[in-house]
Amino acid sequence: MPKLIVNGVEVEVPQGSTVLQACEAAGAEVPRFCYHDRLSIAGNCRMCLVEVEKSPKPVASCAMPANEGMVVKTNTPQVQKARDGVMEFLLINHPLDCPICDQGGECDLQDQAMAYGRGGSRYEDAKRAVKDKDIGPLVKTIMTRCIHCTRCIRFGEEVAGVEVLGLTGRGEHMEVGPYVEAVVNTELSGNIIDLCPVGALTSKPYEFHARSWELVKTESIDVLDAVGANIRIDTRGAEVMRILPRLNEAVNEEWLADKSRFACDGLKKRRLDRCFVRRDGKLEPASWDEAFAAIATRLRGVPGNRIAALAGDLADAEAILLLKELMGALGSTHIDCRQDGAKLDASNRAGYLFNTTIAGIEQADTCLLIGTNPRWEAPLVNARLRKRWRRGGFAIGLIGEPRDLTYKYNHLGVGPQALAELANGRHAFAETLKGAKAPMLILGQGALVRSDGGQILAAARQIAGDLGFVRDGWNGFNVLHSAAARVGGLDLGFVPGADGRDVAGILEGAQSGVIDVVYLLGADEIDTSRFGKAFVIYQGHHGDAGAKRADVVLPGAAYTEKDATYVNLEGRPQRTHRAIHPLGEAREDWKILRALSEALGKQLPYDTLQSVRERLGHVAPSFRALGRVEPASFGNFGTPGPLGPEPFKSNIANYYMTDPISRASPTMAECVAAFLTPAQGKTGTHG
Amino acid sequence: MALVDRTFRSLFLTELAVGFAITFRQMFKPKVTVNYPHEKGPLSSRFRGEHALRRYASGEERCIACKLCEAICPAQAITIEAEPRDDGSRRTTRYDIDMVKCIYCGFCQEACPVDAIVEGPNYEFAAETREELLYNKDKLLANGDRWECEIAANLSTDAPYR
Repeated sequence: MPKLIVNGVEVEVPQGSTVLQACEAAGAEVPRFCYHDRLSIAGNCRMCLVEVEKSPKPVASCAMPANEGMVVKTNTPQVQKARDGVMEFLLINHPLDCPICDQGGECDLQDQAMAYGRGGSRYEDAKRAVKDKDIGPLVKTIMTRCIHCTRCIRFGEEVAGVEVLGLTGRGEHMEVGPYVEAVVNTELSGNIIDLCPVGALTSKPYEFHARSWELVKTESIDVLDAVGANIRIDTRGAEVMRILPRLNEAVNEEWLADKSRFACDGLKKRRLDRCFVRRDGKLEPASWDEAFAAIATRLRGVPGNRIAALAGDLADAEAILLLKELMGALGSTHIDCRQDGAKLDASNRAGYLFNTTIAGIEQADTCLLIGTNPRWEAPLVNARLRKRWRRGGFAIGLIGEPRDLTYKYNHLGVGPQALAELANGRHAFAETLKGAKAPMLILGQGALVRSDGGQILAAARQIAGDLGFVRDGWNGFNVLHSAAARVGGLDLGFVPGADGRDVAGILEGAQSGVIDVVYLLGADEIDTSRFGKAFVIYQGHHGDAGAKRADVVLPGAAYTEKDATYVNLEGRPQRTHRAIHPLGEAREDWKILRALSEALGKQLPYDTLQSVRERLGHVAPSFRALGRVEPASFGNFGTPGPLGPEPFKSNIANYYMTDPISRASPTMAECVAAFLTPAQGKTGTHG
Repeated sequence: MALVDRTFRSLFLTELAVGFAITFRQMFKPKVTVNYPHEKGPLSSRFRGEHALRRYASGEERCIACKLCEAICPAQAITIEAEPRDDGSRRTTRYDIDMVKCIYCGFCQEACPVDAIVEGPNYEFAAETREELLYNKDKLLANGDRWECEIAANLSTDAPYR
């Protein structure tokens, strides 16, 4: 623990810290461009120069280890002159086109030029210009603005695991870009926009649309995957302009996946902004009263066991709770929140949670991936796995499709066969698992949606039990969800009750005429052609598959438009906040269900969001631990039995389109074309 | 004594005579009024009148949608929306000034980095309805085309002092 004196203040910093970190600890501000807490040290911008006693020249504080007895000064005339000089050099080739630059107003170079630069330029020669690179539909490049801090390059190599960007040339001719024409094909590419300290990398969909100072910022939670990344929603008027990540070390650090960041333009397309009722085979606009009357008329005299409800992937916990209580009041037990048919067991909380927690991945030393592609199912979990893997001493085994996961792994097999071998201890990797001090396994939804999903869950449970995945203070059993509503639904017990039907049973019942009425709470990922003659009520915010088949459509609010609770895959309840009002006549989902219950004569006793949330805490105490993970005790789950022979398949076939919002997003459609559609080979007629 | 003085003045109407004398004297002095609208007074080159959006000599509009004028406007009279134009350049799709809200402070032209929005020398834009004073981009560009000579002359006159 070296002790230093910074500007006359004595500080003690951990061994291995840099002078810059020591200055920060002492409260001295040091400007920087290339240094970033989560990236390796480059030391190439020279902006962080400080004076160290007994050193003949100013030193770059970001790259200088803090040593015992150093005397550092950050506010002397020499330091000011050094910063001034560095800034002048940086600005020599910078175009100073702030008025047309999207970074204007939130630009590190702009701010630091104001704080540390000289008033004018003494440079009178021609500035250099660099050709812009095309690196895909998400990130726009204006390479003339680049100051060569190499943050984007280091992010690609270290965090995202795609080595596409790099430096070519030297001195005046130095350029950042892909060496050959290539797109930055990673699910985390949007983060280089945040990292870029100047306007060289900016968001293409957001291009020229708004200025940072005219945006209203709302802190919220992302729901397009199950990670529950903390986000900031930037709005102008009634429009969501962009979504940025917010710091949460336990969940997303400061990264955000591309779908969560860029799919927000889907919130403006294909929205349901009024009620619809099907008359003579056509959906016609209706008022709330008419829609409720249509539902009440149809439900009159229908016994509870002929009614069913499904909760979709974007449903909030409040709405799920009210729907559950409404179905209970109607006498139905046919409810399910697992619309993909995953054989998850709601009776044991540890059996469907990511028990290790995302931050806990960094303590693990061995990892077994079963039937999952974490890179697509939860890019931020994958980034943590890569972060742990880069530190070394992390053996990873994969059973399932051999995909590029950005880190090296042992491919143990493609199907349940390998899982059975591991369970019997016959597989070579079983020895690695046995010897591990903190082993973890990650079970993907792809392995659970199969007909033998329950058996696979049991087999994974058996491996976890037999090979010591669960021990004091460590739980290495993890289920990787890809739907934001799933854990909340399971916590609230939104699963079939006694004699209740699950998703498959409900669809079958509707097809054969045993189920008369189906209530869809934003459920779109089901085969709507199997509803037969059933009366379908759809409550949601996008005109997707569910609304198309529905007989009554009730317009709900998207996640940016409501105060709602979502539980992430670790079991961490977090709250979204309303950034804009619901569109048109749309209402918050819990209010719709409350009003509907009154129209059906089964009034639910909740008049305020507060009372709904109190009830949430009663039904599932984990909801009271807002923002925290309540550890779940391990038990028995799954249904032991023989495993099928089919190879595992991830449940996500197209990362960029997994839900109604991203399917409606033009940006996501462009991503599919750029990243997932194989490039057409050049033929003889191509120039 | 005061009684004699007052009686004298009221008997011989001296005050009336003095008044007529002043009026008569003014008839031979130069006039200070002008025959508006046929005649107009002089204007400073810094006069802040009706707004205009200027163009470059090539016909390209100057405004680059940086929104600094919108940000600085103390009356919040300016509304701008922008997006990339077909050639990839940054342009406004909407540029509205509510001339009723505007307080003619001139901050917008001070903020403009490309001398696009200016307050020209025209002050004769009174209208009969409020709606006529809600200027859109077309109206502002038309103003710019119409007043370009005067605006350019005013800017060059003022340039040495900036």
